[in-house]
Amino acid sequence: MSTGLHIVVCGSLVPDPLQTLTPVQGPTGPALKNELMLPAILDPWAGHALYEAANLAKKQPGSKVWLVSLGNKAKLQQLMMSIAQKVPFELVPLDGPAGGFTDPFEVAEALAGAIEKIAGLDRSKLLLFGGCASAVRDAGVTMPMVAERLGIHDQFLAVDEIDVQTDGSFKVLERIEGGRYQVSQCAGMPAMLAWATGSLPEPPNNPQVGMLNMRTIMPVLQKAQPALLKGEGVIFASVELPAQRRETKIVKDMPPEEIAKEIVAWLKD
Amino acid sequence: METILFLAHTQADGNLLNVALETLGAAVELSQKLQTSLTVGLVGETVQAAADAIAGCGAKRILAVQGKDFSASRYASDAAAITALARQADASLILAPTTSRFSRALPGATQRLGGRIETHVSGIEPAGDTLQIQRWYYRQRMKATLSRSQRPWVLLIDSGVFSAWQGAAGNAAVENVAVSLDAACQRTSVVGEQAPSSQAQTIRPDAKLLFVAGAGWNKKQSDGQIHLKDAEQLILGFLNKSKASLGSSKSLVDQSSEGEAVLSFMTHLNQIGQTGSTPRHPKGLATCCHGEEPHAVGWRFINERRAINLDPNCGWAQGKADVLYVADAFAVMAKVNQLLEG
Repeated sequence: MSTGLHIVVCGSLVPDPLQTLTPVQGPTGPALKNELMLPAILDPWAGHALYEAANLAKKQPGSKVWLVSLGNKAKLQQLMMSIAQKVPFELVPLDGPAGGFTDPFEVAEALAGAIEKIAGLDRSKLLLFGGCASAVRDAGVTMPMVAERLGIHDQFLAVDEIDVQTDGSFKVLERIEGGRYQVSQCAGMPAMLAWATGSLPEPPNNPQVGMLNMRTIMPVLQKAQPALLKGEGVIFASVELPAQRRETKIVKDMPPEEIAKEIVAWLKD
Repeated sequence: METILFLAHTQADGNLLNVALETLGAAVELSQKLQTSLTVGLVGETVQAAADAIAGCGAKRILAVQGKDFSASRYASDAAAITALARQADASLILAPTTSRFSRALPGATQRLGGRIETHVSGIEPAGDTLQIQRWYYRQRMKATLSRSQRPWVLLIDSGVFSAWQGAAGNAAVENVAVSLDAACQRTSVVGEQAPSSQAQTIRPDAKLLFVAGAGWNKKQSDGQIHLKDAEQLILGFLNKSKASLGSSKSLVDQSSEGEAVLSFMTHLNQIGQTGSTPRHPKGLATCCHGEEPHAVGWRFINERRAINLDPNCGWAQGKADVLYVADAFAVMAKVNQLLEG
C-alpha cells in the first residue's frame, strides 16, 4: 500500500516478572505491595505487538505507529527511557492504574476513548495491535473490547504472523489448539490483531530513535489525561499467593537405570 | 434469580470438545445449586448431533445458530451468533469453554451485551445471594476469589477444572435462532489450518504427561561438548513412546531468536511459564530446567511433578516437585526410552 498504515498499539507497563509480588488490600481494592516502587517493563505480549508494528510500518512507506499506554505517569516516563530507544512511535499516554485488578471493561473504555481522539487517525488504514493477554490480568479480553467499541469487526487473537498484500488485504496466522495455526484472509483494514510472540526479537537500542521519540513523548506525558477506573460492581473476596509448597524428595546417587525404572513405573501408574 | 446459558461450538465432525462437556458439567451443577433453569446455546455448521449427545443434561431449551456461515471460527460471525443466543436466552450467567474460538469472540460479544467477562475461570461457587468465581492473576502467581453485580456475566471456563458431563443421549428439540450476516461480517474468510514448522507434533493438550525440556539440554555437557542431536533424538524418542506433550522453558525458546543452536522441533508454541502457557496435565516431568518463580509457573497446574536435574538446589524443583532426581538427564532418558521400547 503506497498510502501507508496507521497502526495503533495498546500496551502498558507490568511489574518486572522477576520481582516478588505480594498482594495487599488497598483503599479501593486489592493491589500489590509497594506497587509503585516495583521495577516495570513493557507488557511482554504488547512488546511483541509494538515490534511487529514497527517492522510492518518500516515495510509500508508512509505508515505511522502510535503506542497507547495506560499507567502511572511517572512510571510511564521511566518505561519510555528504555522503550523509546527500540522503535519509532508516538506515545498516547493515559494516567491511571495499570495493575491486574483493574476492570478490563473500564480499561477498554479508556483506551478506546483515547484512540478516538488521536488526530489524523484514518480508520480505513487502521490496524489496532496489542498483546493477546496482559501479564497482570492475563484475561485476553481488553483488545477485543477496545476493537468492539471502535466498531472493528475483524479481530484476530494470538497472532504470530501478518502478511499485508499490495491491495491492503492481509493473511493472518493465529494460534489455536494443539499447537496449530488458523490461517485467515481479511479484505483489509480496519482490523484488530492481538499478538502472541510473533517472530521478531527485541530490537537493539538505538539512541537516535530514542532522541527522536523523547522529543514528543515528554510533552505528551506532561499533559497525560487521567483515566478514572472505579472498579464498579466487582468485589474481591480474597487475593492470595498459593500456599502450596511441596515436600520434595531428593534422590541422589541412584544409578540412571534405577531412576529410569522408577520413572517408567510412575508413568504407567 | 439467575438464568444460566451454557454456550458451546461444534467441531468439524459436529461433536463437542471435551472442555465443552466439562463446562456443561459445571453449568449443570451450578443450575442445581442455584435451583434455576439451564439453557444450552450451540453454534456450528450443524448442531443436531451435539444437541442429541447432551439431550439428557436437563436443559430447558436448546438454542442454536447453525449454517455454513457459522462453521468456521471467525470473530464477526461468532460474535453475532453468541449475542443472538444470549439475548434469546435472556441469560444472566453465561458459561462457555476456553477454546481459541470463544476466547476470540466472547469478549467482544460481551461488550455488545453490556455485560462483563471473566476468563480462565478455575472455580465457581454460590455464596449466599451471590456467585463467587476463582481465577489467577499475574500469570498464575496469585489466586483471587471475586463476585460481580453486573449482568450478563460471562465465564470462560478453563479445561481440566470440572468433570466432563456424562449422561444419556436422546433426541433433542433444537430451536434455531436466525442470524443474518451482512457483508461487513464476511470480510474475513478462514483459509485453513497449518502446523508450525517443526519436525513432529509435540503439543498434545490431552496428554497425561507434560515433558518439560529446559535449557540444559543444549548446554555443554560433562565432556565439554554440546550434544544437540543426541538431545533431539532422546526427547523426540520419549515423546513418541510416551505420547507426552512437550513444553519448554522461556530461556530455551529465547535462544532461537538470539541465534543460538536450539532443538529444531522447539517453537514459541512449546513455551510454558510467564510468557507462555500454563497447561493442565495429570503428570509432569521436567528435565534440565532451571530458575525460580516466575519461570516455574509453567507447571503450576500439573498435579504430580518429577524433575531430573544435576543441581539438587534447583529452584524449579525444590518445593515445587514431588521428586527430584539428581542425575544426568541424557543418561536417564536414554534408559527410560529403552524401557518404554521394551
